[in-house]
Amino acid sequence: MGGAKGLLAQSALVVGLVLLAVWLTRNAGVNIEARGVATGFDFLGREAGFDISQKLVRYGPTDTYARVFLVGALNTILVAALGIATATVLGLAAGVMRVSRNYLGRLLATTYVEISRNTPLPVQILVWYNFALLAPPPRNAIGVDGLFFLTNRGVFLPQPTFNGAGGFAVAGMVIAVVAGFVLAAHFRKRRTETGESPNPSWGWAVALGGAALALLLTGNPTGVDVPHKEGFGFLGGFTMAPALLALWAALSFYTGGFIAELVRGGLRAVPVGQGEAARAVGLSEGQALRLVILPQAMRVIVPPLASQYLNLTKNSSLAVIIGYPDLVAVFAGTSLNQTGQAIETLALVMLFYLVCSLSVSAFMNWYNSRSAAWATPR
Amino acid sequence: MSAKKRPALGPPVIEFEGVHKWFGQTHVLKGVDLSVRDNEKVVVLGPSGSGKSTLVRCINGLEPYQEGKLKVTGVDVGADTPQATAARRKTGMVFQQFNLFPHLTVLENCTLAPMWVGRVPRKKAEDEAMAMLDRVHIAEHARKYPAQLSGGQQQRAAIARSLAMNPEIMLFDEPTSALDPEMVGEVLEVMTEMAYEGMTMMVISHEMSFAREVADRIVFMDEGEIVEIAPPKEFFSKPREERSREFLSRIL
Amino acid sequence: MTADRAPPKVTALQWARSNLFGSIGDSILTIVAFVIFAWLVWVAFDWAILRATWFGESKEACTRGGACWAMITARWEQVVAGYYPQAQLWRVALAMVCLAVAVLPIVMRRLPAWAVLLAPAGVIAALALLSGARILPGVPTEYWGGIMLNVLVGLTGAIFALPIGVLLALGRRSELPVIKAFSIGFIELVRGVPLITLLFMSSVVLPLFLPSGMSLDKLMRALTVVTLFSSAYMAEVVRGGLQAVPKGQREAARALGFGGVRTTALVVLPQAIRISIPAIVNTFIGLFKDTSLLYVIALLEVTGVIRQALADFAWLGLENEGYVFVAVVFWIACFSMSRWSASLEKQSGARVKRPVEEPA
Repeated sequence: MGGAKGLLAQSALVVGLVLLAVWLTRNAGVNIEARGVATGFDFLGREAGFDISQKLVRYGPTDTYARVFLVGALNTILVAALGIATATVLGLAAGVMRVSRNYLGRLLATTYVEISRNTPLPVQILVWYNFALLAPPPRNAIGVDGLFFLTNRGVFLPQPTFNGAGGFAVAGMVIAVVAGFVLAAHFRKRRTETGESPNPSWGWAVALGGAALALLLTGNPTGVDVPHKEGFGFLGGFTMAPALLALWAALSFYTGGFIAELVRGGLRAVPVGQGEAARAVGLSEGQALRLVILPQAMRVIVPPLASQYLNLTKNSSLAVIIGYPDLVAVFAGTSLNQTGQAIETLALVMLFYLVCSLSVSAFMNWYNSRSAAWATPR
Repeated sequence: MSAKKRPALGPPVIEFEGVHKWFGQTHVLKGVDLSVRDNEKVVVLGPSGSGKSTLVRCINGLEPYQEGKLKVTGVDVGADTPQATAARRKTGMVFQQFNLFPHLTVLENCTLAPMWVGRVPRKKAEDEAMAMLDRVHIAEHARKYPAQLSGGQQQRAAIARSLAMNPEIMLFDEPTSALDPEMVGEVLEVMTEMAYEGMTMMVISHEMSFAREVADRIVFMDEGEIVEIAPPKEFFSKPREERSREFLSRIL
Repeated sequence: MTADRAPPKVTALQWARSNLFGSIGDSILTIVAFVIFAWLVWVAFDWAILRATWFGESKEACTRGGACWAMITARWEQVVAGYYPQAQLWRVALAMVCLAVAVLPIVMRRLPAWAVLLAPAGVIAALALLSGARILPGVPTEYWGGIMLNVLVGLTGAIFALPIGVLLALGRRSELPVIKAFSIGFIELVRGVPLITLLFMSSVVLPLFLPSGMSLDKLMRALTVVTLFSSAYMAEVVRGGLQAVPKGQREAARALGFGGVRTTALVVLPQAIRISIPAIVNTFIGLFKDTSLLYVIALLEVTGVIRQALADFAWLGLENEGYVFVAVVFWIACFSMSRWSASLEKQSGARVKRPVEEPA
C-alpha cells in the first residue's frame, strides 16, 4: 500500500480501536457499579472460604484467593505434566507401530489414532470418568495396606513428606538435576569436537550428588506417609481423585493420537536412502530406527510436539466438567462466582495460559534455530 | 589396459541363477544369470529402467526377489537365515545420493556400524575409521558434519563408511551421477585405487573411461535382462548384440 | 527379448509369514493385538447390537442385558433438535438444507465465483428459519439444542471464521506496523488461551461490556466467540498456505501489471486457499468437536441433551449408552470429513503438510 493510504488505514484502525475500548470500558463501568461488584485485585488478599479436594501444597478455607490461584495452577501443571509424559510414550509407540511391517500392529495403531482424533475430548473425559467410578468401593478396595489402594474414590499412594524445609529441598534437587543435565550435554559436545573430554557421565554424577547434597543440607526432611485402611476410609498417603485419574487418562489418550500422527509424519520425512544406507552398513531394523532415523525425525517432530504439549495443557482446562480443581475450575469457576469479579479472575487465568503459550513459542524458535546447524545436505 | 599388476581372480562370490523380480505387476528382472568372481571388477551398463539398480540392490538385500537363486559368497540369500544376514554383511554399498547420516560427524558415520554391529570398542573403531578416511584422502575432515563437505568429499566419506565394515564385495550404484563434473575425478580416483588394491567391485556407472580402464567385464542390461557380457576391449569396439550397438551409438 | 510375465501369486501363508510373524517380536505383537481386537470387537458387537434394546419408554424395557438404546430413541427429537417445539421441527429440517447449501462452495469445485456468497447466505437463512425472524412463530435460542445445534454452530463458525482468518493472515504479513501488531496480538492471544475460558468470557464478561439496555442472547455471544476463536487458527493455516505459494507467482503477476492488492486477491490468495484446504478441513473438524463444549455454558447441544437424559430417573445408570452414542455421532462426522480431506489432498497434490494441531 502506498505511504499515505497505509498511514490512513492504520490511523483509522487505531482510532477505531481506541473508540471501541472507551465505549466498552464505559459500559463496563456502569454495569459493574449497577451490580455492586468490586473492581481491582484487592480480592486476592481476601479469605476464600472454601476447601479444595486435590492439592499439592497446604491449603485450607482460611487461605487467600491468591493461594487458591497457586493451588489451581499447581493442579493444572500436575495433570499436564502427567498427561504429557504418558501421551508422549503412547504417541511414540503408536506412531512407530503405524509404519511397522506387522499388519495387525498397523491396524491396532490406526484404530487407536482414528478413534482418539475423531471424538471430542469432553466426551472422552466423561467416558474415562465413568470408567474410574467403576472401581470397587473402599470396602472392597484392591491394593496392599501400607503401599497403595485402588477404589472408586481414588487411588491412594505413599507420599514423601517434607517438613518446613521441603520447598528448599525440592528446589535444590531441581537445580542439581538441571545443572547435571547441562554439564553432561556440554561434555558430550566437547567430546565430539575434540575427541577428548571428561566422560559425560560425570554430569549425571553431579546431578545425583547435588540432589543428595540438597537433601542433606536441608536436614533430610523426608519421610514417607503411607495409606492405611481405617474403618470405611483411608488415612495417610497421597490421594489421586478419580477426576484426576480420568482427566489424566483422557488427555493422554486424546493427545497420544495426535502425537502418533506427527511421529509418523516425522518418520516419513526422513529420506528413504537413510534407512537403506543404515541397512547397507549392517545395522538391524531396530538399530537403524534408533540410531539413524529417529534422531533425524526428531528435527521435524519436536516443534509440532511442543505445540501438542501446549494443547494438552490448555485442554486440561476441561477439568471443570468432572470437578477436578484445576486453575479454571477453582479460580474462573468458584472464585469468580464468589467474588463476582469476572473480568479480573478471567484475565488472570488467561494470563497464566498465555505465559505458558509464549514460553512454548520461544522454545520452538530456539529449537528451530539450533537444529538448523546440521540441515540435510542436498 | 594397464601396466599395474592386479590380484588374480578367485572363486565366484556373487551368483545369480534365473532370478526374476517384479515390482507389483511390472516384471523388472527377467531371468538373470550372472557369476562374479572374487577380486573381479564388473561394470554394469544400460539405459535407465533396464534394471541395473535393482540387480545390484538384490545382492545386499535392499530388494527382495520372487524367483530364482542368488548366492553371495556361496550362501543363498533368498532365505531369512542368520547365514544369509552374515553373507549380506560382507557387502558394502555406495549410493548415488551418498546417504551420509547428517546428524553425525564424518568420523561417527564411519564408526557407527563397527561399534553397534561389530561390537568394536570405540577407540579401536575410531582408529580403523581414521585409517579408512586416510585411504580416501579426507582424514582432515573427520570431525566435520556432512553438510560442511563438498559433494566429492561426501561421496568419498560414504566410501570410507562402507570400507569401515571390511566388506569383501563393494557395490556402487551410480556413485558419480549426482556430482558436479569437477568432483567426479576425485571419486573415480579412489575407486580405481581400490580396484588395484584388490576388491570385488560391481559398479553401475556412465563413466566410460573408468569402465574401460578398471573393468574386467562389462555387463550390458536392457529391459530387465542381461544382453551381453564381455571384456571392455571387446564390448566397446566389437559388440556382439544389436541392442549393445544401439546403446553404444547413442552414448559414445 | 524375453516377454513379460505375471508375477507369481503370493499365498496367504506367505503373506502371513512376512506381515504378521516376521520376527519373534512381531509374532508376539500379532498374537496380543489379535486377542485384544477379537475380544473388544466381540464385546462391543454383543453389547451394542446383539443383546441391545432399541425401543422402549423407560429403563425397564431393557431386559436383554445389552445396550439400552431406548433412552436415545425415546428422546430422539431432543437429541436432534433440543427443546425445539415439535410443531416447528420442519423448520429445523429446512435449516439443515440451507446449511448444506452453504457448504456447497467449499465442497464443489467448478462453481461460478458468485457461488461463494451461498455460504453466508445459507447460514443467515438457516438462522432466520430457526429463530423465526418475525415472519414465522419465534423460537428463542434457549430452546435450540441437540445435534442441530452442533452443526449450526460448527458450520456458522467455520464459514465466518475463514474470511476473518484470511484478513488476519494478510494483516500479519502486512508491512504496516499497526495492522501487523494487531493481527499478531489477536492471533497469539486467542490461540494462547483455552476455549473454555473464552466461552466463560462470552457468558459472563461480555454482557458487562454491553450498554445496559442492549442484550445479545447467549447463543449469539457464544457463536461470536467460537467464530473469533476459530478464525485465529484459520489465520495460521492460511498463513501457511500463503507461504507455500511460490514466489514466482507474485513476480509473474507483477510482470503482467497487477498491482499489490490485485496480485494478492486474484493470484496469491486463491492458490493459498486451495493449497490449505486439507488443513482448513482439519481446523473445521477440530471446531466441530469443540462444539461439544457448549453444554458447559448451558447451551444444550447433543452432549448436554444426553447428560440431561442421564439425570432423568427413568434412565438412571445408562452413561455407557449415552456417551457411546455421542462419541459415535461425532466420530462418523469427523471421520468422514477427514477421509474426504485426504482424498482432496490426493486430488490436488497439495504439498503443504497438514498441521496436526487443532483448536483446543
